[in-house]
Amino acid sequence: MISQSEFHSALRDAARPIPEGLQDKGVAPAGKRFDVYRNNVAVSLSEALREGFPATARLLGEANFTQIARQFVACHAPRSPLMYLYGDSFPEFLAGIAPLAHLPWLPDVARLEWGMRCAYHAADATPIATEILQSLTPEEFMTARFQFAPAVQLHRYDYPVASIRAYALNGGAQPQGAAEAVLITRAEFDPALTVLPPAQADLLQALLNGQPLGDALEPAPDADLSALLPLLLQHGALHSLQ
Amino acid sequence: MFDQSNHLPAAAGVGFKPQHYTEILETAGPVRWLEIHAENYMGDGGRPLAMLRHLAQRFAISVHGVGLSIGGEDALNLDHLARLKHLCDWLQPASFSEHLAWSTHGAEFLNDLLPLPYTPATLSRICDHIDQVQDALGRQMLLENPSSYLRFTESTYEEPEFLAQIAQRTGCGLLLDVNNVFVSATNLGYDPRTYIDAYPTDKVGEIHLGGHDEDADDTGAPLLIDSHGRKVADPVWALLDYALCQTGPQPLLIEWDNDVPDWSTLCAEASRAETALRVPA
Repeated sequence: MISQSEFHSALRDAARPIPEGLQDKGVAPAGKRFDVYRNNVAVSLSEALREGFPATARLLGEANFTQIARQFVACHAPRSPLMYLYGDSFPEFLAGIAPLAHLPWLPDVARLEWGMRCAYHAADATPIATEILQSLTPEEFMTARFQFAPAVQLHRYDYPVASIRAYALNGGAQPQGAAEAVLITRAEFDPALTVLPPAQADLLQALLNGQPLGDALEPAPDADLSALLPLLLQHGALHSLQ
Repeated sequence: MFDQSNHLPAAAGVGFKPQHYTEILETAGPVRWLEIHAENYMGDGGRPLAMLRHLAQRFAISVHGVGLSIGGEDALNLDHLARLKHLCDWLQPASFSEHLAWSTHGAEFLNDLLPLPYTPATLSRICDHIDQVQDALGRQMLLENPSSYLRFTESTYEEPEFLAQIAQRTGCGLLLDVNNVFVSATNLGYDPRTYIDAYPTDKVGEIHLGGHDEDADDTGAPLLIDSHGRKVADPVWALLDYALCQTGPQPLLIEWDNDVPDWSTLCAEASRAETALRVPA
């Protein structure tokens, strides 16, 4: 009797022998026929990574990405039948590959792509009505805590990661900038990226942490609320006030 | 919502691909129903669920699971079963189906439909799992025959008899994948019509059609791969006519999951299925 453990071990490690008791149409050992399953698993998982990390794949190039994806697949199978959750540890895996050390921003590009995927599948949220904000007294406004839509994320990177992603997918001039703070929003169905000035990112981070607006503004006096607030409203990032 | 309380119509359907969304709503052509892969609609929100909500108002929907691992040695994943129940409770689809296969081992999901031997022990385990699924979902499910590339020497049942036993013991229906029958028959060296003759055709609630690729094994013998990446092959259409004579009219699905074509090409395949339904061989 062939246990699924035995089948699974041979499936995941092509160096292992094919389990005995598997045959072709006659009585010969299954041979290459077993490789159909090995191939289905390895190729389908690698392709899922390529679809989920398109900019990372472009930056690495076809051959390099395929090789790295195969290495990842070999030691990180999905932990869930929900394939859109596959690849959460891919950015860390990239960070651990010594020959990629000359591309220190690459794991961050993968982190940003993962964040966009999470935003794509995040729960829907009705944007706050602007009348609610307009109806507040200044004091109420300063003590309000913002509830953000579930898709909203703020990523802070030491490199111009959103610009590198855009360059990888759309071409254009090579990004020259420095650190970027990237806001992910999803007004309807498509995640959008906005690069924020550092002071605005500080303010937004405090608001995301649940601080009332007045408290959040204290350590970020340079932050331009009159620029950030319309931006958040325009992208459907605010859900309600508390 | 479209009234999903009835069974799927005995008409042509296609596997839904998001890139066809707008065209489906504008020009459904011969397509009367849609099948979705359950696992692609288990997120918290966003476009996939919004599309599905709209489509379900116009079309009968079949929810087709690919991740339950009904043939697995492990216990069913209860979290996943709960997600399926959540989806079916919300959507109230016209049909739910899964596969005679396993795809999870331990903590690993392998994203493929893996084969199992047909023995009294595996029969008993699969029946227990199907009982559990039907109890949890509160509905009958359909079970699909796999594409096989090899055989287990320990098997003591032929596949049609194995499926007949499952259907009889659990009360589940069957999803007859005619392309899978053709692929398995070619790969394992039997006559696909003999398979259909032995198959419990009175239990069929849906038929699948899809394209396959041609390869060869170590001995040079033909080895067909169930790729869902091209048109349905002519001998598979002929086998469909043969099967329909025994099953009577059925919901017929065109599966095209890889190298997905434009909508008009998919509609042409659906038209051919519709024609097969109207002109019994």
